Amino acid sequence: MADQQLLLDARGLTKRFPGVLANDSVDLQLAPGEILGLLGENGAGKSTLVKMLFGIYKPDEGEIFMKGSKAEIDEPGDAIELGMGMVHQHFQLVGPLSVAENIVMGAEPKRGMFFDLTKGEEQVAELSQRFGLAVDPKAIVEDLPVGLQQRVEILKALYRGAEILILDEPTAVLTPQETDELLQVMRDLAATGVGIIFITHKLREILAVTDRVTVLRDGKWVGTESTEGATQESLAELMVGRSVVLRIDKDDASVGEPVLSVHDLRVRDDRGHELVRGASFEVRSGEILGVAGVEGNGQRELVEALTGIRPANQGKVTIGTQDVTKASPRTIAEIGVAHIPEDREKDGIVGVYSVADNMVLNQYFKAPFAKGGQRQFAAIAENAERLVEQYDVATPSIKTPGKSLSGGNKQKVIVARELSIENKLVIASQPTRGVDVGSIEFIHKQLVAERDRGAAVLLVSAELDEIFSLADRIIVMYEGEVVADMPAEDATREQLGLLMAGATD
Amino acid sequence: MTTATATTSPTVKATISKYLPWAIALAVMFAILFAMSWDSRQTEAVGAATVRAAAPLLLGALCGLIGERSGIINIGIEGQILLSAYCGFMVSSLSADASLPTVISLILGVVGGVAASALVGFFMAWCAVSLKMDQIIAGTVVNIFALGFTSYAYVQGRTQPRYPNWTVPGLSELPFVGDVLFNHGPLTYLAFFCVVGVHIALFRTTWGLRTRAIGEHPGAADTVGVDVARMRYKNMIIAGAMAGLAGMLLIQSASAFSRNMSNGKGFIALAVMLFGRYRPLGVLGAALLLGFFTALQSQLQFNQAFDIPPQFFGMIPFLLTIAVLAVAGLAARPPAAAGSPYEKE
Amino acid sequence: MIERLRASALLPFLAVILGLIVGALLILVAGKNPWVAYSAMVEGAFFGGNAFGRTLEKATPLIMGGLAVAVAFKAGLFNIGGQGQLLLGAAFAAWAGFTFDLPMIVHIPVALIVGGLVAALIGAIVGGLKAYRGTHEVITTIMLNFVLGNFTDWLASRDGPWNDPEGGALARTPLIADSAQIPRVGGLPTGFLVAVGLAVLCWWLIERSTFGFEIKTAGLNKNAATYAGIGVNKILILTMAISAFLAGVGGAIETQGVTNRFEPGFNTGLGFDGITIALLARTNPLAVVPAALLFGAMDAGSSLMQSQARIAPEIIAVIQAAILFFIAAPTVVQYITRARNVSSEDDGVRLSAGWGG
Repeated sequence: MADQQLLLDARGLTKRFPGVLANDSVDLQLAPGEILGLLGENGAGKSTLVKMLFGIYKPDEGEIFMKGSKAEIDEPGDAIELGMGMVHQHFQLVGPLSVAENIVMGAEPKRGMFFDLTKGEEQVAELSQRFGLAVDPKAIVEDLPVGLQQRVEILKALYRGAEILILDEPTAVLTPQETDELLQVMRDLAATGVGIIFITHKLREILAVTDRVTVLRDGKWVGTESTEGATQESLAELMVGRSVVLRIDKDDASVGEPVLSVHDLRVRDDRGHELVRGASFEVRSGEILGVAGVEGNGQRELVEALTGIRPANQGKVTIGTQDVTKASPRTIAEIGVAHIPEDREKDGIVGVYSVADNMVLNQYFKAPFAKGGQRQFAAIAENAERLVEQYDVATPSIKTPGKSLSGGNKQKVIVARELSIENKLVIASQPTRGVDVGSIEFIHKQLVAERDRGAAVLLVSAELDEIFSLADRIIVMYEGEVVADMPAEDATREQLGLLMAGATD
Repeated sequence: MTTATATTSPTVKATISKYLPWAIALAVMFAILFAMSWDSRQTEAVGAATVRAAAPLLLGALCGLIGERSGIINIGIEGQILLSAYCGFMVSSLSADASLPTVISLILGVVGGVAASALVGFFMAWCAVSLKMDQIIAGTVVNIFALGFTSYAYVQGRTQPRYPNWTVPGLSELPFVGDVLFNHGPLTYLAFFCVVGVHIALFRTTWGLRTRAIGEHPGAADTVGVDVARMRYKNMIIAGAMAGLAGMLLIQSASAFSRNMSNGKGFIALAVMLFGRYRPLGVLGAALLLGFFTALQSQLQFNQAFDIPPQFFGMIPFLLTIAVLAVAGLAARPPAAAGSPYEKE
Repeated sequence: MIERLRASALLPFLAVILGLIVGALLILVAGKNPWVAYSAMVEGAFFGGNAFGRTLEKATPLIMGGLAVAVAFKAGLFNIGGQGQLLLGAAFAAWAGFTFDLPMIVHIPVALIVGGLVAALIGAIVGGLKAYRGTHEVITTIMLNFVLGNFTDWLASRDGPWNDPEGGALARTPLIADSAQIPRVGGLPTGFLVAVGLAVLCWWLIERSTFGFEIKTAGLNKNAATYAGIGVNKILILTMAISAFLAGVGGAIETQGVTNRFEPGFNTGLGFDGITIALLARTNPLAVVPAALLFGAMDAGSSLMQSQARIAPEIIAVIQAAILFFIAAPTVVQYITRARNVSSEDDGVRLSAGWGG
């Protein structure tokens, strides 16, 4: 019989998707008041596991016990009923509705036949006071900063009487301070007896807040350990299965002339907010400039402005000797700028196009791929065959639609397309996000090779590890401004963390 | 939602476009008062005709609004109106043939017409929710089918009993307002009650909260236990009933079915919905405005007051719609999930 | 290749069969014999007298309407305004036809192009509103159907500038000059060949040219297109203009090859037929031709069906609605016919994504 002391006891959960064993007989236990870390790389099966717990996926094998009795969880409604709450990585909030409306929806207080919003707001205010999660019940959700939206999500679960809280990568979108606040909220909640499953791949957070940690690798359960006594290194080894090389080998940079100069650049987002506020910096040939910063501090808008996709409001951008402040994406690309976009599904790949077509997306109109306005399919195929070979893209054929490749291989298609031409400047935005370890290493080597060839490389990454292992020089962006510019060897993790959080000097 | 952005202050443009319909409605009211002092009988006629013309647009727009608020774009309103007019007419006509009392045959007709359109609503929900068909195509199927079917099945020469005019005792004696507002067929009153009803339901009931949620972010509603698919079905049936009433309004004023009698009203209703910014009261303003143009057109034509070809008047509602959408279109944000089927994970 | 053809033609084929079955059921309900009705339709469309010529004649504007929708689809645009654009093209071709005096070899193409270009201008406006104002093209094109219907009505009406002085109270334009009339060769309308030629041109444009690649990229993934340096706004405007041009030329061919003048209100419903035909052809410009021929044949055969089997010709619209439904709902076809793999996953047409653009 199952342990009655445990809030949750999952045994032998297995989930298969066509061609993939996403979870292979995974065990997980959670006690009241405990914070359990769920650690694993992208694609290790963390999300699949919690989706099974929450009834979004149905396990192919295995059983779930809650407080000692077997739980039948066929859909999220059942999980909520049983006292589970989940904060999804992508918030499940209705933007135009108010905080209170979002929280009480599905279990609304009523007065007669009408929805009693006033009472709902009172309940939410009371709840947020009880758990120390301050938020205005009347505020419209989409107007709130991300950290507060996340609070609304947590309150939503608590409103439904959740005893088990599942947090799916909650810190990915937070600033360091917001992260700290969240970790404190988790400790407070645990103190009231709530059990928390905390998914992350950031080792520091695991060490900071969890009691125990369950590690997954390639869909398999590799161990559950007490956090006490664990170190970053020991956890990393469990997670990756080998000791991790944090820095890749590269020669000293042989830096040349400035290739990209940005002077006092100001850029607005779609809603008219100025997100890049007077950024100035240079990237010289033969160096990798790392742009560090928490996401949402203007990096995306900066890259969009540099590549001509978003108009600059003010300031000047020069590539080589040419002023490209107002140039179109095509003009900029033709000068010799490669661009690896941040969101490859959205911006980098046309899903139904073949690998071959995706590989000429930046050159389809030029010889040898087009003559007299007519596309030349033989040349396009030949190009694709060559690049698939050279960049080690795992694809059944060059006619395979781009969308059916894995994340890492999609990224390799983009890297192949962008780096197969000799460029002056390479702009790479989050180039290894959601990519498997093998591909990360490959992509990193390609970027270093570009630098060694003499190109200027601008690397934007939210992963400090990536910045540290690649960059020769580092700038930090905070609220649209460049708040630091330093050689990589002078930078420390602590210092960058402070700068990213907006601490002055 | 994943990027950290500070509170948005509404831009001036958004504010203007929010109050634009109301400002126009107000201006129209002053124009009426002015016209009253000039020629009160004609102004009354135009006023009453405005209300009559606005009513079907109102109901058609409410049909579109409920659908789109729930996440389903409906361009089949035109077909729903036509089909319900035909079915309602046939039911009334046949039951009158069977010598049922007039009231009964009229009521049966309304029930028949509303049921037919509600059934089409169910069909569209099936297409959009269960078959995940493109919603524009589903609406197009309805439009082609309705025009084809009603023309195919229609036999000339049938008649049905006339709808009575209900005057509201006391109120209908009032100057101007009495004739304009309180001397109409029963369904016209119903149309205006529907606006108020939908407004209250949408913003004051749990149904409304959940409806707004499934049109914006069905995933969020789903995770708190709202059955998105079921609710979309239910709402499309309710919406269909609204369009059915719109169809019956056409029968109320014409007392007979004729080929393609909806004549674009379902499409104008769509424009009314957009113009009214997906809000029942906004829709009321927009419908009255377009109704006013329709009424003015026929009155001026009748008077031969201006030497403007009637075709140009016919263009007004459509050109106005395009102009309004081109100017204010970006500010009127449609429900985020409208048009896409909800894929459960 | 054969396998692919079989796979891609199966769904349209089954959809047509099922549509005809729906029509047969309706005929049965009305107490009539579907076999008699359909035989009469086939006879009226292909055999006897000038039946086949009439089928080709009916199919011609349908090809153009289908091409208009198919080309717009490629850029992710839904041109539901074929009707208005066709009327505009027909009216302006008539104007060019009765106004100018040119040798035939020049006059015919000039009138065709005038009709097409005026419609293209409207298309460009629709595309521009979409690109720069976010106004959804479905709404604008629906609205423009009514605007252009009224406008062309007025042009030919008694108060209008192009009214036929010899027509009395009739709303119509004068006859176009002989030199603008598209000749028939052996009873077969040459306009049909023009339409087929344009279908081939559209196919080349979409499938073989770099411009077509830009259109498709913009339609499939606007962001990726922007990243690849494609001016998406320009593509939206141009594609909508081309689409409207095709519909306009369809109207012009009708004026110059069939009616020889413009009379308001002809060919109502063509815009919607174009949608069905384009989808039946799976938006392949070449396949638009047989799809349009099928619809043209139904149209041409419906009058004989009416006189022989006493079935109102409007049944055709019901059948066409059913065909459109089945094409758009492959799962239903699959369920009814137990056929396997009637569609591959990229066939799903997905256009509606809010009015906000």
